[in-house]
Amino acid sequence: MNDRQNNGRLSGLVSRFSRPVARPDDGNGRVVVEPRPGAAVAAEPVYSSKTLAKFLSLVFARPAAELVDLGPVIGTNIAFLGERIGCKIHVEDLYADLDRHAQEGALDRFPEFLAGRFALRDRSVDAVLCWDVFDYLAPAAASALAGEVKRMLRPEGVLLGFFGARASDDTRYTKYFIEDETHLRHRFYPSACTRRWVLQNRDINHLFAGLELFDSLLLKSGVREILFRKPIMR
Amino acid sequence: MVWKREEPLRPTSVPVNPVQAPSYPPVLSGGFDQPQGEQRPMNEELASIGKSIVINGELSGSEDLTIEGQVEGKIELRDHVLTVGSNGRIKAQVSAKAIVVFGQVTGNLTASEKVDIKENGSVDGDIVAPRVAIADGSHFRGSIDMQRKEQSSSKQPSSVERTLGAFSKPEPKPSVPPATSVTNDLIRV
Repeated sequence: MNDRQNNGRLSGLVSRFSRPVARPDDGNGRVVVEPRPGAAVAAEPVYSSKTLAKFLSLVFARPAAELVDLGPVIGTNIAFLGERIGCKIHVEDLYADLDRHAQEGALDRFPEFLAGRFALRDRSVDAVLCWDVFDYLAPAAASALAGEVKRMLRPEGVLLGFFGARASDDTRYTKYFIEDETHLRHRFYPSACTRRWVLQNRDINHLFAGLELFDSLLLKSGVREILFRKPIMR
Repeated sequence: MVWKREEPLRPTSVPVNPVQAPSYPPVLSGGFDQPQGEQRPMNEELASIGKSIVINGELSGSEDLTIEGQVEGKIELRDHVLTVGSNGRIKAQVSAKAIVVFGQVTGNLTASEKVDIKENGSVDGDIVAPRVAIADGSHFRGSIDMQRKEQSSSKQPSSVERTLGAFSKPEPKPSVPPATSVTNDLIRV
């Protein structure tokens, strides 16, 4: 099956377990959405994400899947992943850890911290949502985290990460709210770190050596959404 | 003859100091979705553990409970609601029908109905419950399992799951990216 057929069939399948949405595009990759009643979402941009749909489909296909979320806890994401995708979620907010280390002036010890951060066993996790955390990590810390993620993933386990195209002095992180299987709402919140590290494709491939590149999308904003999968051990 | 309904006796005492009143609505074991009109009778008292109380050991009961003090050990309210008030500090394994957290909890939470972590509430531990609500501004670290055990063990794949299963083993992409193509809002690399 070629990629286009795969995508078409996937979006049809995804829509079978998503609520119906009609989302016109504003031409910049942003999708106009009607705010849900009672939700303060008016100023928050919503973007489509095809890799998220693939990621969720792969997780959904695994029985009693376990997922690690490296971002801050978001109630609606927990409800979505737990109730609709049916997975067990481990919340490991690395952005909070990063801020704590930055405030203590201990970022140089962050790689050591990461090496012992996760209590999860080897090959015990089906999926990891990295969001854009690698953009904020120095090379040593990025390498430590990638090693831990590879250690935790089961064979056929998947990893979704977003990688920015340019560095920024903005002291803010992004919370990614899963609106539905194909859309993410972005909300910014203050941070102690800046998005300093831009990884080239070869850096990313090197970082995740041993995993298979399952899908990669370059958004017009320059952000790369990359889905890796751990191969079956022979 | 004019009938006049007897006026009920009105309390003459000083009204409750609003500062002392709880800053959150009590959740009763009738459920989270109980309509506002179906409140319990006023004379039914709610059990509570006050701010200055410290308990070490096992706590169990068959009524709803609000904790504003400190509890270490184990808490079991099988068919009832546990509310950890904003002053509550719990270090315990907690099991209840529903658990509402305004304060701080360290320990695993198991609820047969729902766990609700309110704004400024904090939980460090694993949660097992069919429904979990986590408010913005709350803190959580641990895992969340919303699957009922009996469902997961006897789970039959639905038609959607069976169809999605077709995607479980796609051909992995080669390391060398294919030629770039532009879609509506995305560029495939």
